[in-house]
Amino acid sequence: MDKYISVPFDQAVSDSLKAGDYVYLSGTVYTARDAAHKRMYEALQKGAELPLDMKDNVIYYMGPSPARTGRAIGSAGPTTASRMDKYAPALLDLGLRGMIGKGRRTREVKEAIVRNHAVYFGAVGGAGALLSRSIVSSEVIAYDDLGTEAIRRLEIRNFPVIVVVDAAGNDLYETAAAEYCRE
Amino acid sequence: MRIFDVAEITRNIKEMCIEANYSLTEDMVSVIREAAKNEESPLGRRILNQLDENMKIAGEDQVPICQDTGMAVIFMDIGQEVHWEGGFLEDAIQEGVRQGYQEGFLRKSVVGDPFGRVNTGDNTPAVIHYQIVPGDSVRITVAPKGFGSENMSRIFMLKPADGVEGVKNAVISAVKDAGPNACPPVVVGVGIGGTFEKCALLAKRALTRPVDQRSGIASIRELEQELLEKINRTGIGPGGLGGTTTALAVNIETYPTHIAGLPVAVNMCCHVNRHAVRVL
Repeated sequence: MDKYISVPFDQAVSDSLKAGDYVYLSGTVYTARDAAHKRMYEALQKGAELPLDMKDNVIYYMGPSPARTGRAIGSAGPTTASRMDKYAPALLDLGLRGMIGKGRRTREVKEAIVRNHAVYFGAVGGAGALLSRSIVSSEVIAYDDLGTEAIRRLEIRNFPVIVVVDAAGNDLYETAAAEYCRE
Repeated sequence: MRIFDVAEITRNIKEMCIEANYSLTEDMVSVIREAAKNEESPLGRRILNQLDENMKIAGEDQVPICQDTGMAVIFMDIGQEVHWEGGFLEDAIQEGVRQGYQEGFLRKSVVGDPFGRVNTGDNTPAVIHYQIVPGDSVRITVAPKGFGSENMSRIFMLKPADGVEGVKNAVISAVKDAGPNACPPVVVGVGIGGTFEKCALLAKRALTRPVDQRSGIASIRELEQELLEKINRTGIGPGGLGGTTTALAVNIETYPTHIAGLPVAVNMCCHVNRHAVRVL
């Protein structure tokens, strides 16, 4: 079913989401992909502060193409989440509420999602032009030297995602494919 | 002999990098629209319709189809009667990529060293494959390759005794391992035969063949069809969220090989199977 929710959100909201729900997100999310995750992870290991508070926030695994003049952002679809699997449990344990990406997650990440009442959303890979229309503004807030991999604060409006792994640990990638398998 | 100024190559490569990233070829557009009509899963149809919408928006808003505008893979099929002037051909090609990615608002996704991982800032260097062909024309293919699907590609050094069944199993297992990560529905490029590197190159080339054009070899044509049907029975579906459209096409290229081997490469490509072709 289709749901409309605002981000950031708390545990009551994440617990209400079920794998397979089609959700339109509005509010604020943060982008981070490979290089930003590596840098945040190293900062945590050194006991340094992170450039953003994880509590109840949602990270979008995305590195945009450059914006044309007068536009908020360029093409802006999800990247493969599994490359962030090494780093995600540590961020979830700090209160990260949700992640937007595409592709499978490891058992460790799914356990951290359940443990922290979080959620993993899938956005449609390769639909970067369509998704860019749901992004109202974009501002680099950290790691500017990483270019497309910098951390950005995005204001989004009715950004379409699908709940892939819910707080109970259900994984849509496993159940949905089984439903249509005719081997 | 035909004389080319390398500046002409720079200009063409620049335009082709932009063209490939903003619009798919007609065969790709049609096959995605056709899939949206035939997909059995309601969510799958919704996703396929979004992909169609995405292509329209890319044109209207002048936004690349996908933010991963790829590492530029370029095939240069050069007639042996051609002579180059005005500089070094490879420099001219790299300059075309540099200008195209800059002027086309395309993402710079290339790091200069696999371990240092500092972005080169202009998406160079491209990966260039040269081939000398008869005649005096130059055929350029620019195929920007995203890494969501590239990362899911595989090479299998099979034994001759594995035969065609071994090849089928290899292709199906690569598609299943890729699952949602490769941005299905995918186009599957398969190279069979040659050596370790030759089969990979065949698979990459196979992705540049129009998806509505089947192999010229009858047995390979049947294998393409059979594999497509098998892949679409896996249930992976659009976005990996279940359905009957997991692949849009399986393109196979073959080459003679050694008495002891049966190399198979599977180059996965997402539904944004981009390429621009020009003959000069």
